Amino acid sequence: MIPKLFRSVITLAIGILLFFPILWMFITSFKTEIEAIKFPPSFIFDLTFSNYFEIQERSNYFKYAFNSIIISLGSTLLGISLSIPVSWSLAFIKNKYKEFILLWILSTKMMPAVGVLVPMYIIFRDIKLLDTLTGMVIILTLTNLPILVWLLYNYFAEIPHEIIESSQIDGATIFQEITKIILPLSLPGISSAFLLSVILCWNEAFWSLMLTSTNSAPLSVFIASFSSPEGLFWAKLSAASVMAVLPIMILGWFSQKQLVAGLTFGAIK
Amino acid sequence: MLDGSPTGYTGWMNYEFFIFDEAFYDAILNTFLIVLSLLLITVFFGFLFASLLNSDIFLSNFVKLLYISPFLIIPSVSALLWKNLMMDPINGFGTFLLNILNFEGIDFLNEYPLGSIITMLSWTWVPFSTLLILTSLKSIDKTMIESAKIDGANHFQISLFIILPNILRSINIIILIETIFFLAVFAEISIATNGGPGTETTNLPFLIFQKGLQNFDVGESSAGGLIAVVLANFVAIFLIKNMSKNI
Repeated sequence: MIPKLFRSVITLAIGILLFFPILWMFITSFKTEIEAIKFPPSFIFDLTFSNYFEIQERSNYFKYAFNSIIISLGSTLLGISLSIPVSWSLAFIKNKYKEFILLWILSTKMMPAVGVLVPMYIIFRDIKLLDTLTGMVIILTLTNLPILVWLLYNYFAEIPHEIIESSQIDGATIFQEITKIILPLSLPGISSAFLLSVILCWNEAFWSLMLTSTNSAPLSVFIASFSSPEGLFWAKLSAASVMAVLPIMILGWFSQKQLVAGLTFGAIK
Repeated sequence: MLDGSPTGYTGWMNYEFFIFDEAFYDAILNTFLIVLSLLLITVFFGFLFASLLNSDIFLSNFVKLLYISPFLIIPSVSALLWKNLMMDPINGFGTFLLNILNFEGIDFLNEYPLGSIITMLSWTWVPFSTLLILTSLKSIDKTMIESAKIDGANHFQISLFIILPNILRSINIIILIETIFFLAVFAEISIATNGGPGTETTNLPFLIFQKGLQNFDVGESSAGGLIAVVLANFVAIFLIKNMSKNI
């Protein structure tokens, strides 16, 4: 076998290589614009925080961040409260079409979003949901619902039926059954679902780019605005990027386990 | 349809326009190139990296954070980061590295557009496959390996009969989930190359977007959307059959 130290060094080196673009972005965000495009790149320079202040002043970062938070949390909460009853009925009520329904729900996820872009755009325009937070919450809830249903179903299906039956004998109503027995028992599943949904919504770019412009644009749109010639200001671009990805990156770091369970629809725990 | 010029139903005209457009074939080809090459890359490197991380190493928790971070980056950020800071032909870090190795700088996004897009996407998705394979490696029951050793199984037999089936399951799931996402790649292409140069990085989602919201040809774009849905469903049927066995 390869000695432990050698293995560790190789693994760490690859890790640093993978992380490097993020690190470089972080470093660049503290440079002045002139320093940022200097070639060959400088590794030692005077730190400046002015990029961060300027980004907030010029394009109101906090408004976009606020929209991102509202959209992520709103559609996550709505999605989970819709998917709990669906998953509950699929997991606990006998139904010979169960498998068909589950696959049918998932199959909507196979369809590329762009396939329904035009009809969605026209519908949103006609019912005045274009560029509104409500519209974004609705569309992202719909896109993530199949994943949430599958995930929660996989967790609910593991709860022994005996527990449910004995609670029914003791006279528990359906509402009590869900809130007092099923939800506490599947708490890890629900936290995975919550986390995954927040991350997917936060990083969602397609619908955000298509359906929002000024009022309800989240951070992914805020960043995309730098793809214009403005993107040539590398230091400001980097500062804006750091501000957009940092919250979700830290969240992901602390919850890898739930993240994996969520990403595989609960198939790998 | 939106501006009201030719009105009424057009029969199959929108589909003809879309299918006889040369860009359509490029888009189909690019879509499949992106999906296939990324599946190969992510599974191969995912397995390699997961094996490294699973072995007994120093600081393993910290190192793991480095490996998974790229997956948590917003697609538009990753596109801009690679387009400017990494791949810029004049000031980019890639050019700097090439210069150190005594090569000329390369305009990655113009000379190897599809390769560059695939590089960006691999950077995001290799962490995903690594994380999944690593989790399945960790979930293997250690006592099972021990008892197999006691029964006289050699290293090869343990890999073949205990470790491999476990990994195959996670690879199945990786293929399923990644295909869903790769068929619909959009932000990276729209921001980093805008489908170009020419149609070299135009995939189906981007072509449909171009027809609908840049050329405002809603009918043709809808026709393209329907074609994309049908194509995706062929893939989906195959994958779902696979999946119902595995989940």
